[in-house]
Amino acid sequence: MSEVDTESEPVAAPRPRRGPASLVRKAAWLALLVVLLALPLYLDAAWLKAGQYMMIGAVGAIGLTLVVGQAGQLSLAHAFFLLAGGTAYTVLSGPIGDDRVVGFGLDPGLSLLGAVVVAALLGLAFAPVAGRLRGIYLGVASLALVFLGLYFGQSAEELTGGTSTGRAPAPFSLFGFPFTDDGPEITLLGVPIRQAERMWYLFLLLTVLAFVIARGAVRGRVGRSWRAVRDNEAAAAVMGVSVMRAKAGAFAVSSAYGGLAGAMTVLWFDILKPDESEFGTYGINVSIAYLAMVIIGGLGSVPGALVGALIVNGLPQVLALYSADLGWFSGTGDGALTPVLVSSFVYGAAIILVVLFEPGGLAALGRRLTRLRRQPPEEP
Amino acid sequence: MNTFLQLVVNGLGKGAVFALLALGFVIIFKATEVVNFAHGSLVLFGGYLVVVTRDALGWVGASLAGIVSAGLLGLLVERLLLSRSRHADANSLALLTIGVDVIVTEEIVRRLGVTLPFLGGAWDAKPFQLGGITLFRTHLVALGVAAVLITAFWLAFKYSNWGVAMRAQAENREAAALMGIRSSRVTATAWLVAGLLAGVAVLFIATQDFSGAGLSRGTHSIALAAFPAAILGGLDSTAGAVVGGLVVGLVEALSAQYVSFDFSKSAVFLVMLVVLVVRPSGLFGTRERTRV
Repeated sequence: MSEVDTESEPVAAPRPRRGPASLVRKAAWLALLVVLLALPLYLDAAWLKAGQYMMIGAVGAIGLTLVVGQAGQLSLAHAFFLLAGGTAYTVLSGPIGDDRVVGFGLDPGLSLLGAVVVAALLGLAFAPVAGRLRGIYLGVASLALVFLGLYFGQSAEELTGGTSTGRAPAPFSLFGFPFTDDGPEITLLGVPIRQAERMWYLFLLLTVLAFVIARGAVRGRVGRSWRAVRDNEAAAAVMGVSVMRAKAGAFAVSSAYGGLAGAMTVLWFDILKPDESEFGTYGINVSIAYLAMVIIGGLGSVPGALVGALIVNGLPQVLALYSADLGWFSGTGDGALTPVLVSSFVYGAAIILVVLFEPGGLAALGRRLTRLRRQPPEEP
Repeated sequence: MNTFLQLVVNGLGKGAVFALLALGFVIIFKATEVVNFAHGSLVLFGGYLVVVTRDALGWVGASLAGIVSAGLLGLLVERLLLSRSRHADANSLALLTIGVDVIVTEEIVRRLGVTLPFLGGAWDAKPFQLGGITLFRTHLVALGVAAVLITAFWLAFKYSNWGVAMRAQAENREAAALMGIRSSRVTATAWLVAGLLAGVAVLFIATQDFSGAGLSRGTHSIALAAFPAAILGGLDSTAGAVVGGLVVGLVEALSAQYVSFDFSKSAVFLVMLVVLVVRPSGLFGTRERTRV
């Protein structure tokens, strides 16, 4: 938020991006992408599903790290934008003529775009508030949105389907190509590309897009204005940055990311089901989980947000899958240790450790390691 | 009219409990500029200790144990974690308390499982009539207890050495240190006092009359409603905490009756938003000034 990560993204240091180090870095990203593209050929559906959940977290966390880390505005409202995006997708793509719920029957691809736009507009609508408040005041004010979302989910049943039943989203398809088990049968190296694999590629595409756009924003003019406002509003204004516009812009962009993550969430669960209490799919706990991803990754760092999402969203999924094999977490009922519980402990502890020992998060840790390797200790 | 009067009394009773919690936020914030996101878990921890010790100690003993242990947990968090990272800025430390909150809350909710015990003492769930209006004892007891505690706190804050040290530190940390005020002691007692207040509050929250539910995750989220109370009053104002608490209690009670129960939780936050838009540092908070 404030001075935690002055060196997180290439603003303090002049870009040392050219030369062999930059090539190695590019090659590493490319290799990672290739691995991610190949994984559906080797993993079964359950693991793919877990991976998709991590990608949802990645998209949401990238958005949050922009507003919290880059623009320095604490937001606890992310769960609200998840709900908004999920609802917008479901309503826009929903069938027309259902007497229980409203639907516009739009193309799913268009609806996904619509969900992003709706969430961004809602973020903009909150901007007058966000622009006036700072730090913790803004954090708690943004928490108000989560509570309003809870009420919206409970009362606007024509849109959300209500807390008891919810409503099913339209299955995703792009230009008529279905991301389900229907449609043209495709096999790749002997592996049938069915729903799990198709959704994996869709989510991967969305995550990569989210990542690339965020990095572009951070490295460009926009990101510079965000950081200027974060570091000193008065100084930023003097330098000709429109403080209000930078703040509103950061909030809207992060909301758009939240909306996309929300639409992905609805597709992942294959149901839009608003919460009955403030703890649920779109509750305070989710806002905090996203904040945890961002803190653990290192406030403001886009790659850090990816790693944070891997830990916070990935751990419960992976533990659940492993436990089936290993017989862990077999207890049920009172006081049972569940994968969700264990991962809550882990990320709670991770937040504490990060703040105590490495305020720059895993991103700073990564930078420190690469720096060690690159520069052997000089002889005196 | 009778319903209205009844709602006001009940709202004030709830508000008194929110005021205790909000005061806890404010004390910690004044001493350290840290916003304690772990306050809800202090509340849960105190309540859990009451449940565990109830059979052995009886209600009075268990309540004391709960209050003291909530205070000690606050102290422990400060001593073990926050005091060790003196150089981290206040906002990072606020994030750290989120980590503490997640761990403590999850563990206590796990231990509670499906048993959601009520903590209310002799006064719980016995409404009585007074001049045509129905009153709940919990709210009246809460009002009385909060009035006593808040007055005591205010007197201590105004006249005791601790209060002077605390105010000096809130004014200017470095100057206070130079004048020989032990900042670590002030900080530690701030956390202790905030925890004690949280321990008292939970005795009222997890009752039939207050929330209609026993000690559970819901208790933690009710404690979260003290957040808007502290914020709308102004994070660095003790008077603001009391006013904010009462406003929150009243808004919740009135909107639950006149709009809908589901809406009452959002109403509190909505009122806070409106206050913040008009006065960005809360009703009584110190305005931040920018110097160029």
